[in-house]
Amino acid sequence: MTDRQVIETADKALAEEFELDVERFTPEARFREDLDLDSLDAVDMVVVLEKTFQIKIGRDPAVMQIRTVGDMHRYILAKKQEMEQEQN
Amino acid sequence: MQLKRVAVTGMGAVSPYGRGAGLLFDSMLSNKSGIRYHEELERFESIGPRVAGIVTGIDMMEIPRKRRRSMSPMSVYALLAAQEAATQAALSREKLADGRTGLIMGSTMGSVHAIEGFFRDYLADGKLDQVKSTLFFQVMGHSAASNVAQAMGINGRVLAPTAACATSCQAIGLAYEAVAFGRQDIVLCGGADEYHPLTTGTFDMLLAASASYNETPQRTPRPFDRDRDGTVCSEGAGVLVLESFESAEKRDVPVLAEVAGFSSVCDTGNIANPDPEPLYRCMLNALDDAGLKPGDVSYVNAHATATVQGDIAEAKAIALLAGDKVPVSSLKGHLGHTMAAAGVLESIACVDMLRREVLLPTLNLDNQDPQCGGISLPTSPGYGRISVIVKNNFALGGVNCSLVLRAAEN
Repeated sequence: MTDRQVIETADKALAEEFELDVERFTPEARFREDLDLDSLDAVDMVVVLEKTFQIKIGRDPAVMQIRTVGDMHRYILAKKQEMEQEQN
Repeated sequence: MQLKRVAVTGMGAVSPYGRGAGLLFDSMLSNKSGIRYHEELERFESIGPRVAGIVTGIDMMEIPRKRRRSMSPMSVYALLAAQEAATQAALSREKLADGRTGLIMGSTMGSVHAIEGFFRDYLADGKLDQVKSTLFFQVMGHSAASNVAQAMGINGRVLAPTAACATSCQAIGLAYEAVAFGRQDIVLCGGADEYHPLTTGTFDMLLAASASYNETPQRTPRPFDRDRDGTVCSEGAGVLVLESFESAEKRDVPVLAEVAGFSSVCDTGNIANPDPEPLYRCMLNALDDAGLKPGDVSYVNAHATATVQGDIAEAKAIALLAGDKVPVSSLKGHLGHTMAAAGVLESIACVDMLRREVLLPTLNLDNQDPQCGGISLPTSPGYGRISVIVKNNFALGGVNCSLVLRAAEN
């Protein structure tokens, strides 16, 4: 999966979960202020990303720092790279 | 202490007939049955019944995601019923939020679908990783009450009584007391339940579910009938708006009926099989609470779920209270048993009987069981002035409840 495909897959899964138009998932969009997601949604975002990418996020402190869609993209790409390195 | 008189000023229903309190009564008056063949039950070989009363035609998406995410179907039904009742009672958002308006809404338990989902994930690997954050809000016992209060912005007291089949009768009783004692000016009250095949399975296990009419679903349940073979599990929600007469007058909203008395007693003889004496005492206490006597009763709305033992016990209790001169009927023949919603949906029908001056008969009652003798069971609608209704709901667990409803004064 290319980085672009990862980003598109993540956006699509989260847009579907939170019933939002996927076009609103721009890198600068803030989850709380712009997409109106709250702390319960943040928990579910982790569940959705884990399920979508078959990865383990759990209570990773780095996840708590995610504020924007761009932050989420960077996190998930780093996570993917980390997993690939582990596999190699 | 001078208690306040308590008026019904709004009603809302979601039932196997569809949405609306008006539709509920019109369907009952047309002798329509809400019971259908339910294919989902085919998955359960060990369960005998193949019939249920299912709510259809509800679009969950009409509720915004942030409200809906914590709701199982029972909360959706409850919210739609509460919104209908609040609209009829002309309750503004400001009034709902002023702290003097409360909500008392119960269900048999939290959502069985949500509980099933939780344990499916948990038991698979012993972890909670796949469990959504909002699932708990569907599982908790006060799910319907909390979700309705949150969605409607009700800031007064919110209670969630649970007493199986008597749940919403208790909710109405507690709301009546809260208003009568002046603790709240207005209380929305009722109950909700969503259908799950395990509900039918549980009643079947207790030998209390109808399984002989799978080919002719609309002929069951058959309260007080010689050929009854148990109840049919259904789903739905109902809400009444209760408020003090002073409040209704001040807000200039019509009084639909009066809740004049309530009683709840426990039968400790047996957790499953009711005894006539406590049922009788429950009705008598409710009449006493209303300052009335058995001779004042125009009609008794029976709980009668069409179980063999339950109907006999209730018939004996009613015969003791009112003899064979007062008409009696059960509405389970129309709707089946909507569980926690039964008390309030039947109460809504009772309020409409008072308003429209017509008594609904028992659907599917073809041959009165001689063991349910000594009471008058009409088989066609009865037209004429009705002034006082005793309305019963009795629960597994020995919890008996009776309400007294009185016609509004013109």
